[in-house]
Amino acid sequence: MTTADTSSKPSLFYRLFFDKELRSVTIQVITMAMMIGFTFFIVNNAMTNLETIGKGYSFDFLWDASNYDINQHLIAYDSRSPHWRAALVGLINTLLVAVAGIILSTIVGFLLGVLRLSSNWLVNRTVYVYIEYVRNVPVLLHILLVHGLIVNTLPVPKNAMMAFDGTLFLTNRGFYTPKPIFEPAMWAVLIAFVIGIAFTIWFKHYAKKVQDATGKIYPVLWISLGAIIGLPVIFFFLTGMPLVFDYPVLSGFNFKGGLVLRPEFVALWIALSLYTAAFIAEIVRAGIQAISHGQTEAAFALGLKPGRTMQLIIIPQALRVIIPPLSSQYLNITKNSSLAIAIGYMDIVATIGGISLNQTGREMECMTIVLGIYLMFSLMISAFMNWYNKRMRLVER
Amino acid sequence: MKLFKTLAVSATVALVSTTGVANAGTLEDVKARGELNCVVTTGVAGFGAPNDAGRWEGFDVDFCRATAAAVLGDPNKVKFVPTTGKTRFTVLNSGEGDLLYRNTTITMSRDADLKLTFLGVNYYDGQGFMVPKALGVTSAKQLDGASVCIQTGTTTELNLADYFRANNMKYEPVTIETNEEGQTNYLAGRCDVYTTDASGLAATRSTFEHPNAHIILPEIISKEPLGPAVRQGDDQWADVTRWVLNALISAEEVGITQANVKQHAAKAGSNPDINRIVGTEGDFGSMIGLDKQWAVRAIAAVGNYGEIFERNVGVNTSLGLARGLNAQWTNGGILYSPPIR
Repeated sequence: MTTADTSSKPSLFYRLFFDKELRSVTIQVITMAMMIGFTFFIVNNAMTNLETIGKGYSFDFLWDASNYDINQHLIAYDSRSPHWRAALVGLINTLLVAVAGIILSTIVGFLLGVLRLSSNWLVNRTVYVYIEYVRNVPVLLHILLVHGLIVNTLPVPKNAMMAFDGTLFLTNRGFYTPKPIFEPAMWAVLIAFVIGIAFTIWFKHYAKKVQDATGKIYPVLWISLGAIIGLPVIFFFLTGMPLVFDYPVLSGFNFKGGLVLRPEFVALWIALSLYTAAFIAEIVRAGIQAISHGQTEAAFALGLKPGRTMQLIIIPQALRVIIPPLSSQYLNITKNSSLAIAIGYMDIVATIGGISLNQTGREMECMTIVLGIYLMFSLMISAFMNWYNKRMRLVER
Repeated sequence: MKLFKTLAVSATVALVSTTGVANAGTLEDVKARGELNCVVTTGVAGFGAPNDAGRWEGFDVDFCRATAAAVLGDPNKVKFVPTTGKTRFTVLNSGEGDLLYRNTTITMSRDADLKLTFLGVNYYDGQGFMVPKALGVTSAKQLDGASVCIQTGTTTELNLADYFRANNMKYEPVTIETNEEGQTNYLAGRCDVYTTDASGLAATRSTFEHPNAHIILPEIISKEPLGPAVRQGDDQWADVTRWVLNALISAEEVGITQANVKQHAAKAGSNPDINRIVGTEGDFGSMIGLDKQWAVRAIAAVGNYGEIFERNVGVNTSLGLARGLNAQWTNGGILYSPPIR
């Protein structure tokens, strides 16, 4: 048989399609060629179309005055500022809502995830219903709902709801609180804070060394908290409380002064956080349940207290299961923040990808910028979570 | 640089519709398709909005129908493409729409940089402010510190920034995507002021439950000549659409109405201006690739400019707009069509 095969060797063309090994290569090459061809066609088409109507591809417009105002800007900005600065304002607003959302959703998500495992029937059923409701309604509806609630149920500034003795005003134009203004001596407090963190890092290492050598356990958490919070507080009083507050005052149509959380920001933040928290809760529950009960029993048998068992045995192992899906939730919250446009929160999509795009007519350029920025965000979050995941990986011996 | 451009474009291409090179021969395309794609608003009462039965009605909509009647012979062969202030030019430039009638302000940058060809003015407007009566505000100069709802993607937000800066006043812009959302936010009290073109304010107010609880401030802070546009580069199509608009304006000037246009068209009369419009003298239709009856069909479908105005936005409608600047030049307005001859 074998001799017969070699004597009548099939043509190369035949083998490309019917030889098992060569066939897989052929298919890959064809697929690749089609992909490249398709991309080239699309790009070429777009460029030809742009050229036909005489529109070039240039980023020069970024240095022209934007001519529009943005309500929430954390850096100096007005209608005379260039378009790139409008993009920066949007970028910062996106970052703000993404970071605030990640923090809140993580806290709420972990809490819900643990409650979901509660042995109290009422608690775990309530959380279950909540999670299923939130997860199965599109996030855009949540955002519109929260925004609608704030705008329609809270009073106008003239009849603002006052809480905490005039330090918090709730209105449908935003939540106003006094704004802290740092005096120069505040630097000392900040430096104390940094020293506190540095001390904590050193102390953790030291405590571990002592524990490894002698078995003595220091209350690391309490000492760290003392260093990070206590030290700055002591300095704060020593330097004579270098902090004044700018109180919001009703004048004319709106409150002036103070710090304001606009309804658009609050709605986006709360809605994104609660939505993502429902997913995180399920991830946390799955992570904890992935650790077999035998581990807990073994830890108890060794004489570890329940708290130490959770901290040293369950959580480190559960985190390995939790972190990868958690990173994709963080990516989701960042990308979902682009829904801001629906309620008029001025994020990157609304500024450079919205108003600038429309006023200058530079669709391709503006969208390139927006795409690039989201890609950068996502890759950065991915990189960080991969690094953290590697750190948390089970060390095999 | 070329490579960078290619890469950058490839990254964005998925976001922009690329329905073929949409430049030459729009007239042939429309005729072959048997339907006119008219880019309109998502809904501004009186100017363009679907009625209870889902049929599009309004001032701008009627001009779309007139164009369809002139080109295709049937005012109902129109597909309306609703767009926001933000998407309108992209939709037109990508070829998804043939003609833009969406209370769009003519500006130099839109004409030159956005590669549009504007056909003329069908409504002379200006930006105004609306506030609740209860605020007690009587002039825009008293609006320092106010929250202002604006629709994004319009000239409005630029005028607003300029006006407040010129008058050294502060404001909080609340930027909204569509007119309806702007209305909702304004009525809920998220803003003190709603600003857009004065005609748009009247349209918006007419849909309120209590229109009388709101006033439009006397200041008009900008010139907003609203007009139709087509893509740049197709002169024949621009001619067709421009002269349909001019014919409707001229028809009012010389007294051709929806009711008498058929009579005028039946037999050449003594007024050469009328004869040229209705095609009993000369052959102006063939100059733009149509037949002699082009203007007759347009006028028979929706009436002349004055009739379109009165039916949709005039004093007897809920918008109650007076002709003002939009009266014929012979009646003290600035509406002035170049002659058809």
